[in-house]
Amino acid sequence: MVSIALKVNGNAVTGDVDDRMLLVEFLRNDLNLTGTHVGCDTSQCGACVVHVDGEAMKSCSMLAVQADGAEVLTIEGLAVDGKLHPVQAAFQEHHGLQCGFCTPGMIMTSVDMIRRIPDLDDATIRSELEGNICRCTGYQNIVTAVKAASDEMKG
Amino acid sequence: MRYESPTTIKEVVGLLKKERGKAFVLAGGTDLLVGMKLGMIEPDLLVDIKHIPAMRTVKTSKTGFRIGAAVSCAELGEHKAMKKAWPGVVEAANLIGSDQVQGRCTVVGNLCNASPAADSVPALIAAGAKAVIVGADGRRTIAVENIATGPGKTCLKKGEVIEAITLPNQTKTSGDAYLRFTPRTEMDIAVVGVGINLTLEKGLVSKARVVLGAVAPTAITVPEAAEALIGTKVDKKALENLAAACSAACRPIDDKRGSAEYRTRIAGVMAVRAAKIAFKRAGSAA
Repeated sequence: MVSIALKVNGNAVTGDVDDRMLLVEFLRNDLNLTGTHVGCDTSQCGACVVHVDGEAMKSCSMLAVQADGAEVLTIEGLAVDGKLHPVQAAFQEHHGLQCGFCTPGMIMTSVDMIRRIPDLDDATIRSELEGNICRCTGYQNIVTAVKAASDEMKG
Repeated sequence: MRYESPTTIKEVVGLLKKERGKAFVLAGGTDLLVGMKLGMIEPDLLVDIKHIPAMRTVKTSKTGFRIGAAVSCAELGEHKAMKKAWPGVVEAANLIGSDQVQGRCTVVGNLCNASPAADSVPALIAAGAKAVIVGADGRRTIAVENIATGPGKTCLKKGEVIEAITLPNQTKTSGDAYLRFTPRTEMDIAVVGVGINLTLEKGLVSKARVVLGAVAPTAITVPEAAEALIGTKVDKKALENLAAACSAACRPIDDKRGSAEYRTRIAGVMAVRAAKIAFKRAGSAA
């Protein structure tokens, strides 16, 4: 067991974790932040994407102990004072989901993508989303939502 | 299982040497953690090398590049001098997994995981890359093609770790390229990968390295394929000979991504495409 201290969604948290515990397990099981989903065991699906020190990561490809001292942002931390983040709002507005299972990962990846790339076109959005799988195959509206959010956030 | 995150290479070597059980080096962890989750790998000790400053940087010098073992593929993709000198190597590194995976994974991890389909390995071999290995007895440097000895197996001895990959400077009339074929565009494993590095003299190919991935137990260098290009302008006939030599060198397996027959054919097709890109880059750099 190792003691870790990190910031999750702006709050200081501590935990005693098994050395081999994955970050996603810590978030879901110890912190009850179950908005971050687990869709596969092989780092393929992207449902568990969170931001670690500002960058999108698959939280199943990182140990909890490796997040010691880091700032982690999960889907639960995006909305401020009950107001949806522009990307969340765009997914709602454009129906960028069907069953919703992949949505937390899709949104966290999209927020990172919009931050990094000022001018997003559809082809870039599709390329950037290739680490996230939607099994409902509802990609069309997801791409529309990301484009709309990107345009809105540019102002 | 124990997790350690030392801050010096000396400590890494000491930890690995001392451990009596199964010790693994954790670089990006994108293969290792998945293997652990699937129960295929059960380490007693994980040594995280991401906290060692010397392993986190790409250094440029008069002799070329030195890529630290813990440099992520995303960091490599943002390195302007590397992109200019070795675009094929950088493209290969940025084909591994997906964007989020590249934020964690490393070329040294890709090499040490020793998958026959590792994307960065054919490109590194074509570029003449070397691995700097550190162990209790000191340092040794060996060519990247001698690291993997079979699927999942490397020549590293107990207590040894790859500290960095070195690449020479690219000459002004040289160019490299890497292409792979996969059913999906990301998060997939190569059916065939081809790394090619060409040097021109007076418009003709004077030196060539052609390396295939995913068609044999390890990445293979194909001297016959290189010979097919040498002395040519990479014309139609040379490309036909290149494709035939590549297909002839394949010893692939059948799996769900492609039959052995398909891989053998595609190796030639991908080699032709990669050779055209490398030739163009070699010519335009002059």
